[in-house]
Amino acid sequence: MTRILKGMLFATTVLAPAGLVHAADAQLTIESWRNDDLAIWQEKIIPAFEAKNPGIKVSFAPMAPTEYNSAVNAKLEAGTAGDLITCRPFDLSLAMFQKGQLAPLSDLPGMENFSDVAKSAWTTDDGKTSFCVPMASVIHGFIYNKKAFEEAGVKVPKTEEEFFAVLEKFKKDGNYIPLAMGTKDQWEAATMGYYNIGPNYWKGEEGRKALISGKEKLTDAQWVEPYKALAKWKPYLGDGFEAQTYPDSQNLFTLGRAAIYPAGSWEIAPFKAQADFEMGAFPPPVKKAGDTCYISDHNDIGLGLNAKGKNQEAAKKFLAWVASPEFAELYANSLPGFFSLNSKPVKMTDDLAQEFVSWRQNCKTTIRPSAAIVGRGQPNLDLEMWRVSANVINGTQTPEQAAAETQKGLDSWYKPAK
Amino acid sequence: MSDTEIADIEAVPIRRSTRWHIAVFLAPAFLVYTAVMILPLIETLRLSLFNTVEGQLAFVGLGNFKVLFSDPRLSADFWNALGNNVIFFIIHMLVQNPVGIAIAAMLSLPGLRFAAFYRSAIFVPTLLSFVIVGFIWKLILSPIWGIAPGLMDLVGLKSFFAPWLGKPDTALITVSLISVWQYVGIPMMLIYAALLNIPDEVLEAAECDGITGWSQFWKIKLPLILPSIGIVSVLTFVGNFNAFDLIYTVQGALAGPNGSTDILGTLLYRTFFGFQNQMGDRSMGATIAAVMFLIILAGVSLYLFVIQRRMRRYQF
Repeated sequence: MTRILKGMLFATTVLAPAGLVHAADAQLTIESWRNDDLAIWQEKIIPAFEAKNPGIKVSFAPMAPTEYNSAVNAKLEAGTAGDLITCRPFDLSLAMFQKGQLAPLSDLPGMENFSDVAKSAWTTDDGKTSFCVPMASVIHGFIYNKKAFEEAGVKVPKTEEEFFAVLEKFKKDGNYIPLAMGTKDQWEAATMGYYNIGPNYWKGEEGRKALISGKEKLTDAQWVEPYKALAKWKPYLGDGFEAQTYPDSQNLFTLGRAAIYPAGSWEIAPFKAQADFEMGAFPPPVKKAGDTCYISDHNDIGLGLNAKGKNQEAAKKFLAWVASPEFAELYANSLPGFFSLNSKPVKMTDDLAQEFVSWRQNCKTTIRPSAAIVGRGQPNLDLEMWRVSANVINGTQTPEQAAAETQKGLDSWYKPAK
Repeated sequence: MSDTEIADIEAVPIRRSTRWHIAVFLAPAFLVYTAVMILPLIETLRLSLFNTVEGQLAFVGLGNFKVLFSDPRLSADFWNALGNNVIFFIIHMLVQNPVGIAIAAMLSLPGLRFAAFYRSAIFVPTLLSFVIVGFIWKLILSPIWGIAPGLMDLVGLKSFFAPWLGKPDTALITVSLISVWQYVGIPMMLIYAALLNIPDEVLEAAECDGITGWSQFWKIKLPLILPSIGIVSVLTFVGNFNAFDLIYTVQGALAGPNGSTDILGTLLYRTFFGFQNQMGDRSMGATIAAVMFLIILAGVSLYLFVIQRRMRRYQF
């Protein structure tokens, strides 16, 4: 009975569409979580590739970012995933490679265009094999409303003290919400808060590597201090920030009601499209004037090859094109805020994007601390940091409690190599 | 009279042609129901006994359940979700059903004007998609764009407004009340139908005995609609412990702040499908689903075998 029933279901669902596909062109499907970028892929990037490579048809199939990881894993396991898989950085893609779902790409033509740092997010722990073509990184910082700054007569803050002085000024004037951020969706509190300002405290890569090697703990002063700074943000957030969602914050800022927006560079394109005032950007303020500044320049997105895909040759052609400077320029200018990882310098036309990328010259760069190695286990450190960062800003947890809780979660599965 | 008696009298049983039409008419519903409900349920229960051991799916007996109840993180999440779910259910029982009964009682009063309009208006939210309901309420209660702060300002209650959905103490109650608002139409309709079923003779006889107004409701009507209230309670119980959609639309899969609105449905979703950087774990997800199934089964059995049998029914 079961078998007949399953057979009937199978026949009507799986077999029926299969008969409709004609095998004239090599058909490539890109799995992605960037549903915001659908139009840009369809209108700019894919046509540019197809014009040069007749006989290959590419379709971009994005899904909701929070569902992407598990959905694409399920598809890979079931053998129904597209030929090209957009790679999350570090541990998630590494797990796919280790399961044999992503093909090694070390000898793909064009991989020589990327530095080891750029490739680090998609390379095995021993540094020998790469399995995704790096596409872009995102930089954290603060975007501000230039008009609001002029009206209030304040200058761009460089140190933490100046930063809070500016916030205080806006709060006193009362014309603008000083900081546009909410804690309802939780991830902003960590991604735009903790990961954004944190590197200045734990000294970027130095602290991140010490955490991985076990020399530092999340309960150490340099990891607790950013929580303390976050807790001080509370009075400068808008009314009812506890129920303010991510789109709420974006709208508050682009409607000109807020002065400063703790940002990731991916906001540049949508903000440019919506805001009708001049925007500027500044890096996370340092503790004392003259301190070395650290910024989060997070390798965010790459493209890998499904090891069991049907059109390997066509897919490799596409990947080689993605590794080319031509793609880098097209991508970086279509999506300002996603910075190319290609070693060949890319000319960017967007001034706000240029501002973000200029920080690379003076500041030391690092990646999000929860992304590599310490983000592998259960409970997931990234999600834990979302939760406690939101709690700290809401005032329902002290910075010390937040740090202790994340360290406890990490201790439950992570044993640093001695 | 039974078949055996007939068989005894007439030695030859009546030959009836096989009644194929019963099977044929039942088949579509049976097939669809089996395919989309029974098989997945069995498959889920089966999966809860398996887990990945060294890359292979292997039978682990009740191992998953042991992990669920002993692992400090998972069990904390589970008990938190179960506790929230119980509160969610209690709020429905204390607010949704009494309010539903009260509205039904008022609607069944003779001489109420616009009764049909009220009835439809109160029932309409039940028909709306939970996505719409969740989104509308999120907007109404939004401290930035919502009309709730403005409306409360008009009546001088602005100081009582808070971002309810974002505070750990109030979020669960707020979400529960949104759900109550949406589904209050169902107890209202069922109780209303039961109230209309009470024959006028009974009520008139009561009036002759001097029982009117409130005492008529408590002494005559309420006992007569108790079976309907029982059904409504069971429906609420099953609905609440299966709930997921409204919380997911209003609070997201993380069911924040700080897990304060996390119920079994959202915990199951995050465990089974994964969320952001947390990978989906099908076996543990199936285990949680199995526990939910058992909780609901236990609740419904308790009602069917213990409460319903003791309930007195009246025949007219």
